[in-house]
Amino acid sequence: MSDENSIPKSNGVSRRAVLAGGTALTASLFMPKSLKASDFSTAAVNTTGLAVTDDTVTIGILHSVTGTMAISETGSVQAEKLAIEQINAQGGILGRKIEYIQEDGASDWPTFAEKARKLLVNDKVASVMGCWTSASRKAVLPVFEQHNGFLYYPTFYEGLEQSPNVIYTGQEATQQIIAGLDWVNKTKGAKSFYLLGSDYIWPRTSNKIARKHIENFMEGCEVVGEEYYPLGHTQFNSVINKIRLRKPDVIYAIVVGGSNVAFYKQLKAAGIDMTKEAPLLLTISVTEDEIRGIGGENIEGAYACMKYFQSLDNPNNIDFVKEFKKMWGDDMVIGDVTQAAYLGPWLWKAAVEAAGSFDVDKVRAASPGIELTSAPEGYVKVHENHHLWSKTRVGRAQADGQYEVVFETAELVEPDPFPEGYQ
Amino acid sequence: MFADYSMSELGAIFAMQGFAGLILFSVFVLMALGLAIIFGQMGVINMAHGEFMILGAYVTYIVSNIFAAYMPALFSMYFFVAMILAFIASGALGLFVEWAMIRHLYKRPLDTLLATWGLSLILQQLYRSIFGAREVGVSIPDWMMGSLPLTDMIEVPINGIFVMILAVTISVGVWIMMYRSNWGKQVRAINQNRVMADAVGINTAWTDRLTFGIGCGVAGVAGSAFTMIGSTGPTAGQLYIVDTFLVVVFGGAGSLLGTIASAFSISQAQSIMEFFLSGSMAKVLTLLTVVGILMIRPQGLFTLKLRK
Repeated sequence: MSDENSIPKSNGVSRRAVLAGGTALTASLFMPKSLKASDFSTAAVNTTGLAVTDDTVTIGILHSVTGTMAISETGSVQAEKLAIEQINAQGGILGRKIEYIQEDGASDWPTFAEKARKLLVNDKVASVMGCWTSASRKAVLPVFEQHNGFLYYPTFYEGLEQSPNVIYTGQEATQQIIAGLDWVNKTKGAKSFYLLGSDYIWPRTSNKIARKHIENFMEGCEVVGEEYYPLGHTQFNSVINKIRLRKPDVIYAIVVGGSNVAFYKQLKAAGIDMTKEAPLLLTISVTEDEIRGIGGENIEGAYACMKYFQSLDNPNNIDFVKEFKKMWGDDMVIGDVTQAAYLGPWLWKAAVEAAGSFDVDKVRAASPGIELTSAPEGYVKVHENHHLWSKTRVGRAQADGQYEVVFETAELVEPDPFPEGYQ
Repeated sequence: MFADYSMSELGAIFAMQGFAGLILFSVFVLMALGLAIIFGQMGVINMAHGEFMILGAYVTYIVSNIFAAYMPALFSMYFFVAMILAFIASGALGLFVEWAMIRHLYKRPLDTLLATWGLSLILQQLYRSIFGAREVGVSIPDWMMGSLPLTDMIEVPINGIFVMILAVTISVGVWIMMYRSNWGKQVRAINQNRVMADAVGINTAWTDRLTFGIGCGVAGVAGSAFTMIGSTGPTAGQLYIVDTFLVVVFGGAGSLLGTIASAFSISQAQSIMEFFLSGSMAKVLTLLTVVGILMIRPQGLFTLKLRK
């Protein structure tokens, strides 16, 4: 897209280099499109007693469909079901149809752990698509590691984790943050930043990375304020006054949940017009899903930095949006996490086919190097560290609730869950 | 922290900060009035208060959609209709809940706590089933968004003024009902001595029901107004419930004046501390102070003198 604006990144990688490095990849490329179950005897593809029969394989879906987090997790469930349906329509995995058992985490972290145990121990599912918040992932992690399950986790998150039993299909913090900050500095000339967030691990870790990057790697830039509000906080007039006083070039906002709605409505009511970009607002926490609650007219002009926007103009995405709306209704919107959740079943399919087996150990071994050229976000590839290489994009919010993509990195951004110099 | 700023800038900021405190005060008053009536006058701990508010917010959402679809010319005025309907809807639900549930539990106040908490879960799931798990966006008429620029630096949010006017109106309305109307006299009589009130011919059952209904109705109006400043989702009511109880308990149950005084002191303290400290620290200190004062004065700031 806007190549003149793109930032050459030291840790970027060209697609050619990725292709040359992939070994498992070549296997998946030359795999015939439709495989017959009879070519793969159940005894051979399943040596660990997973729920695999001669014509089906069972996986788990573990998200909150009740409780506070249902707001966010519904989209992920829908995307995963769409992917499963599409895979089945193509003939399934190793000739076997995917069946799923859906469990409700009920926005309660111990419930997530309990349901994860049920899926792995009782149902013997071959893999699980699930979790949304970091808290729920942390709760199920010991269960997955104890019972050697395999989880595809869709949310962009704070990083600092790398489990052999999890594939992280969303971006970790440095992927999402650094490109956006560099962009706003280079193209908008922003020098001063006001960091704002909800008070829990993801916004705090993300802002820590943002602060390190602004202070150590961006010349002449400074952080003029950093502030956290409790989850669910609904009154932002005081911080808006502080922002007025400090006059930053950029408000860097990582507010989540119901607070989001209050924050943007009050920002607008206080006369801060984001379309004038003085100050400019950059967020990493507002996807198209959140805009539905906030109202497009209240956030128009703000910038968001993530890897996927519904408005991305490529054939994969146009198909994906069409199929998603066909299955779930025309009024649906698709946010970053929904797209990442959609990747889960596809990545698993590719890994299983590369491994020629459903065994978790073999799927894990086959996962690094797995690539998807059909991803709605474009091209992704699984890194050794179980995160995805992906491009980072900046979108500008429109009154109709969609983002207009104004920038994307030229290269895939390498996932770096334990960034040196940012701790 | 102020060395870098000119006097006029500081003056403007303090003016706006004062105004932010007043808006927070109005929000607290609106949240707490309904609960003050129910908890203060009837002793019912209504954990579903937030859900009654959100019912008001959803009514506003429906009304805004109806106006947008059928009467776009009148859209700028829909909010007033929505608030009246919110009062009626939440009030009616309140009457029903009192009849179906609360009246059986008057002698068991701790059970009402559990029962209303259960009710709040039921209502949340009901909203989720009807309106979906995602938050809905309520479009607000243009004239209610935006701000009035008083000077170059000072801008006053219009929805803040609206909330303030509404808070004053409802407070005055509740005061008139409680202290100048027949119904108010009966409510206070029952509060002071239920048996005697019954004996002199007051229909205590009906008065209770009406009190609960009116308390819920006021909550509905508050919820309707909060669509301007907050989110409308199945669990959004939970965002308000802690602050609401804090204000009512700190003010002293049973005293409307206490509720208003406590809303004022908590909002000002919080808003000033938010400005000088970080948001989370301000909240912690506010809660600590309130807990400290309640330890010294468990009955709250203001109390009614009662013969028991």
